[in-house]
Amino acid sequence: MSETDRGAKADRIRHLLETEGEAVEANTLGFNQGRYESVADLEDYEALKDEARAIKEDAIERLPELIDEVTETVEENGGTVYLADDAADANRYIRDVASEKDAGRVVKSKSMTSEELEVNDALAEDGVDVVETDLGEWVLQVADEAPSHIVAPAIHKSEDEIAQLFNEQFDPEEPLETAEELTMFARERLGELIRDADVGMTGANFITADSGSIMLVTSEGNARKSAVVPDTHVAVAGVEKIVPSVEDLAPFIELIGRSGTGQDITSYISLLTPPVESPVVDFDEPDVAFADRNDDRDFHLVLIDNGRMAMRDDEQLRETLYCIRCSACANSCANFQSVGGHAFGGETYTGGIATGWEAGVHGQESAAEFNDLCTGCTRCVNACPVKIDIPWLNTVVRDRINREGDDGQFEFVYEELVPDEEPGGLDPQKRLFGNYETLAKLGSATAPLSNWMAGLGPVRSLLERVVGVDSRRDLPEFQRETLREWYEKRGSRVDPIDADREVVLYPDTYTNYVDVDRGKAAVRVLEALDVHVRIPDVGESGRAPLSQGLIATADEQASRVYAALAEHIDAGRDVVVIEPSDLAMFRREYENLLPERSFERLRDGSYEILEYVYGLLENGGDPTELRDGGEGPPIAYHAHCQQRTLGLDRYTTAVFDDLVYDVVESDVECCGMAGSFGYKREYYELSMDVGERLAEQFTDPRAEDRLVVASGTSCEEQLGDLLDRDAVHPIEVLDPRSRLR
Amino acid sequence: MSVDPGSAPERFEAALADLDVPVTYTDPAGFDRTLETIAREPAIGTSLPFPSVSLPDWVDDDPTPASLDSAVTGITAASIGIADYGSVVLPATAAGSEQVSLFPDLHVPIVRAEDVVADMSTAIARLGPDLRDGGSAIVATGPSATADMGALVKGAHGPKDVHVVVLETRGESDE
Ligand code: SF4
Repeated sequence: MSETDRGAKADRIRHLLETEGEAVEANTLGFNQGRYESVADLEDYEALKDEARAIKEDAIERLPELIDEVTETVEENGGTVYLADDAADANRYIRDVASEKDAGRVVKSKSMTSEELEVNDALAEDGVDVVETDLGEWVLQVADEAPSHIVAPAIHKSEDEIAQLFNEQFDPEEPLETAEELTMFARERLGELIRDADVGMTGANFITADSGSIMLVTSEGNARKSAVVPDTHVAVAGVEKIVPSVEDLAPFIELIGRSGTGQDITSYISLLTPPVESPVVDFDEPDVAFADRNDDRDFHLVLIDNGRMAMRDDEQLRETLYCIRCSACANSCANFQSVGGHAFGGETYTGGIATGWEAGVHGQESAAEFNDLCTGCTRCVNACPVKIDIPWLNTVVRDRINREGDDGQFEFVYEELVPDEEPGGLDPQKRLFGNYETLAKLGSATAPLSNWMAGLGPVRSLLERVVGVDSRRDLPEFQRETLREWYEKRGSRVDPIDADREVVLYPDTYTNYVDVDRGKAAVRVLEALDVHVRIPDVGESGRAPLSQGLIATADEQASRVYAALAEHIDAGRDVVVIEPSDLAMFRREYENLLPERSFERLRDGSYEILEYVYGLLENGGDPTELRDGGEGPPIAYHAHCQQRTLGLDRYTTAVFDDLVYDVVESDVECCGMAGSFGYKREYYELSMDVGERLAEQFTDPRAEDRLVVASGTSCEEQLGDLLDRDAVHPIEVLDPRSRLR
Repeated sequence: MSVDPGSAPERFEAALADLDVPVTYTDPAGFDRTLETIAREPAIGTSLPFPSVSLPDWVDDDPTPASLDSAVTGITAASIGIADYGSVVLPATAAGSEQVSLFPDLHVPIVRAEDVVADMSTAIARLGPDLRDGGSAIVATGPSATADMGALVKGAHGPKDVHVVVLETRGESDE
């Protein structure tokens, strides 16, 4: 990306932060809170997710067969099925239906698939009046704006803005003010429009092959009216919406509302088997009893391929087809909470999974613009009801975009920073962050000169100009003596023969070259618990290149790390990791990079440092040498997002509890720094805005005087910038030699 | 919610309370009087498939678009109640029960006590054969609602209020 592009991107993000950020934040945080509460009530949430996932896996596997089956069933019921290759094909068909019906007006309930088709524009070309009946969608239609969320399309608009819009557009006798007044106004007006509509159009959340039913998840009732008032119903849906049978719907009914808006269930789950038996509501014949009517209803199911069958054949993008469009990935995304879907979406789809959808239905370019907004924090992973690894999908698409990149126009000084496995034309910013290990080695070897250089104005502005490292960020300071060098000189204080256990402490790049103190603290704490520690020469986990979408490099590094650690695992040594994002590599991402058995061995043999300490204490380890809450300060603790996704944060809290520390814990999704993200000039402000939610919690009177403790290095950096107080790793608090207050 | 202890009817009641949906119990003898206290006139309805009760005569049971338009209350049968969620399953009929349950401001679903099942999967398993037979149904939970205008408002397109009537028939068999 050029400097100008970067500036333009930063401007656009700033604009959205200012104009839409507040409303998006309030709404998504509300949805998210609701989700946490609602899934906590579910007896077996994990089992339900597994069931949902299995149904989707099976359905997509058998898709061609299910398409045939549903076609047969619907046609037996008296409806018509049209399988459209692409948007133009679908629109042509829908326009034909409308013109056959001589339709003056089509009423439509919200459907992302119809947004994908842009069917409203297509119908308008024939002079058909298309009316959105979902209130949020109607607001956008009146305002002539695009949706910013897949479930709540007008999420970025406040009550006041809507009131102003309606008052300007419709000039009501009494100006509208409250949500209640706005809703009733819309209800009345849309009610009139639905009454004399000729065609009703809906999407479909699910379609059952065995009965030919469509399931619609709604709260307002507009989909029901749109489907039953006119005599013609057109449902549009991507082919991936088909499931084998009615019974398969049950887990989705229980998951979809919870995952999206955080409701246990939405007001209406419509299970319509069209053409439905319900009578047409014809206000031209107001006195004909419904029971006396004999309606000939017309139903068209338009199934859309538009790239989906090709996604099915694409080993990586296939997962996208499991998506049930619940929006949990958007709501749980800290960046989305700040800027919303207008920054986070392509032509149609928004939020976490949008990259997969856009790459699949509109092509990679439309995903490129917002793909980098995914920092790989993984907060969406546990939120997704069908267990899609959304960060991995984003990484894959990022890698593909990199490979298409501009042909080497930046190949000058950075050439040596490009790993061999990657294309030469790679964006220099991605090279820099993707190859952080090389930089750290160099920086440490030349410290303190390197630190002094990095602090110089001209160097900073060059860094900003060429690689987009924001000059408002302090750069990490490299230590002359690395953790490994220190330990080699110092030697072990616990004899392997007396030791209860043997540990291989993984020297992640940051701990080894920059935050050496937390590495030393880890050694002392482990030794205080009678553990013999080794710190072998192991390279970077691959996290840095992976976060830039350099999968081949990450793959290479993963193999090297595994090779270096396998021998220790064989010897019965436990691998202990300080940096949560590196542990997450071992436990999650390596599944995509290593042979299955290797992955499993490393996963099962490695532990997060506090998880390990917890285990030692639980197994009779003697904590007396550790610094406890009596000596240590009260703590404000922020767990790393990947650590929370893996369910590891509770060990830190439990150890603090055992040692009677007084702890206040943050509950935001992410600190906003997310590795290199917060250093990037185009994202600096977004990163700080996300961080603001964390800063608020730690500047609260309950937390403001506490020692700030964070598990991740980038969280520590971010907290330092946000609070002007230094943050430390939990292990440094427990260190017997700690002086921290 | 699903972790609440108690029998299906108890949980049904608790879930409805969470939704702010009133529920009234009645038996065939008290049925008409119960409806009188709940419904606001004009009221419309579709005939009930339960042997022991039928709609009282002040309820227009042969609705038309015109009566749909003027009715304040709509009364329809629910085939299933779902305890975990406080939902009622409303089968669509050619007589217009879908419309009657949707257009008026107040919807009064009538569910028999013995049709209250514990959970969603039981309800959907029961619905499977109906849907494969060409039937349609709505799983309705509380009134229609929207938050699109900046705050939660009831009655976005459908009813603003729902009042569930549980009919205790003690062993009455299906028609
Ligand atoms: S990817 Fe998962 S969380 Fe995101 S919208 Fe799809 S189903 Fe929901």
